[in-house]
Amino acid sequence: MSPRRTNGPSHAIRADQRLIAGMVEPGSRVLDVGCGNGELLELLAREKSVDGRGIEIEQDRVNAAVARGLSVIHGDAETDLTDYPDGAFDYVILGQTLPEVRNPNEVLAELLRIGTRAIVSIPNFGHWRHRLHLLITGEVPSVGFVNARWYTNPNIHPCTIKDFVDLCEELGIAVERSVQLNRRGHAVRFRGAGRFANLFGEQAIFLLRRQR
Amino acid sequence: MASAMASGDDQAMAGNAPTGFRVELGERDPLVLDAGQKLGPFTMAYQTYGALNADKSNAVLVCHALTGDQFVLGKNPYTGRDGWWPLMIGPGLPLDTDRYFIICSNVLGGCMGTVGPKELDPKTGKPYGLGFPFITIADMVRAQAMLVDHLGIDQLFCVIGGSMGGMQVLEWAVSYPERVFTAVPIACATYHSAQNIAFHEVGRQAIFADPDWRGGSYLAEDTKPRRGLAVARMAAHITYLSEAALHEKFGRRLQHREQLIYDLEDLFAVESYLRHQGEAFVERFDANSYVYITRAMDYFDLAARHGGKLAEVFKDTKTRFCVISFTGDWLYPTSDNREIVRALNAVAANVSFVEVKSDKGHDAFLLNEPVMFDTLRGFLNGAARRRGLIR
Repeated sequence: MSPRRTNGPSHAIRADQRLIAGMVEPGSRVLDVGCGNGELLELLAREKSVDGRGIEIEQDRVNAAVARGLSVIHGDAETDLTDYPDGAFDYVILGQTLPEVRNPNEVLAELLRIGTRAIVSIPNFGHWRHRLHLLITGEVPSVGFVNARWYTNPNIHPCTIKDFVDLCEELGIAVERSVQLNRRGHAVRFRGAGRFANLFGEQAIFLLRRQR
Repeated sequence: MASAMASGDDQAMAGNAPTGFRVELGERDPLVLDAGQKLGPFTMAYQTYGALNADKSNAVLVCHALTGDQFVLGKNPYTGRDGWWPLMIGPGLPLDTDRYFIICSNVLGGCMGTVGPKELDPKTGKPYGLGFPFITIADMVRAQAMLVDHLGIDQLFCVIGGSMGGMQVLEWAVSYPERVFTAVPIACATYHSAQNIAFHEVGRQAIFADPDWRGGSYLAEDTKPRRGLAVARMAAHITYLSEAALHEKFGRRLQHREQLIYDLEDLFAVESYLRHQGEAFVERFDANSYVYITRAMDYFDLAARHGGKLAEVFKDTKTRFCVISFTGDWLYPTSDNREIVRALNAVAANVSFVEVKSDKGHDAFLLNEPVMFDTLRGFLNGAARRRGLIR
């Protein structure tokens, strides 16, 4: 059995997707990287009248998204973002998949080359339960997936909220907003994205902007 | 067949004429070909299905492939065969004839009624033969645009086609971007590769090598290069199928034999099949048309006209694209189709891209591929809502 995301079935709107949609200005140009079956794009088209595009690596999901009338291409975030011109989109969205890419820093830089803003959601490996899990069991947690062992889950670059914020600073990317989600997917308010957020945020969503 | 030909030359009848519509184009402003000559007036044969709506916003131009024709649906009056895209076009199908007005014309250089090498050259009163001017994909598209003008249509809701039809779709999107609301190039490429050209050259040389070709003037001499054209078709047909499809369909099965026989008679089933394909093709296709149209495909290179930069040709396009490829197509593989997508992405154009899993080879676009139909239906429905064709 292949690993399945804990955030519910892929055809339902995930909690983080609803919050992401809330960060998008109506009528803007949006690219959803790793758009799956296109749930978020459909939500954005319906509620925000965006001009939306998607990239998805799984062919079956691409077919499903195009069959819904969405503009989606089969492609890989790590190789195919380079095709797009600078500033082609108002928002480039990357949901949950940053720990799964080979070069998170390059992907992040690309998001903010082709988009004026980027919205990135990540599962937080720094959450106290994951820390405790490793401390007590001595096993690596398969964050974000069920039915997954350390060698089958797609996370190859686990990161914490702190790691992510540090990377943004390194790359000259400003965090305009950040929201942490608790276990039930509800937004929780911590001050900034500091130590407290890193310990108690299950997931985090960042609205990013190029700084230099 | 002879009587069908005769009645086909009559002027267009009301409704969906059984032998198709004919129109004389380019009487006032002739078609200026890439090769420099002017053509006009010339005859264009076409077929329509469904009804044009009041604001003429529901027209779909279907572009046929190398050996296709305008008869996408129903019986082809010349061959008695069924139309070539019955699973795609019709009531309730992706190209829904209850919603769209479907136009399909025989390409320039063809042999189903549009002017081509087998038609009479008004200057000599004899069939053109090799006196027919050389044509390109862009010329075919210019001729189609004249037909669309004649029908009083400003913007096509969709231009769609596979293989050479897909090349025409790309040419339409580049030459007339404001006249194409959606473009669906299927199983094609932005230029003809060395391998593509090589296969075509084999076919043409087979025709030239047939003594009955008579330097292209076989019609005037009342003969026909049957064997040459059949061999060309046999070679080409192999490229339309995948190895897997050939293996599944024939393997090493024998035809009418219990065991291997050591002679050159029909032995393997695949031989028998190819011979049949060749023989059937000769009945319906003109050898010089085959020469001219394959040549037109070989000339095709969308980027070359624009300084070699493919992305430049799509700059500022508002057209919505849906590119479709098939995993088993080695003639126009996914990598070729992806070049189109990359170029469109480079100008942030609106593009969908689907690769359909199929082991049926290049011909998959003509066959029952539910994923292709589902994605196209979704794509077209989405676009139709934006165009106000679905409320």
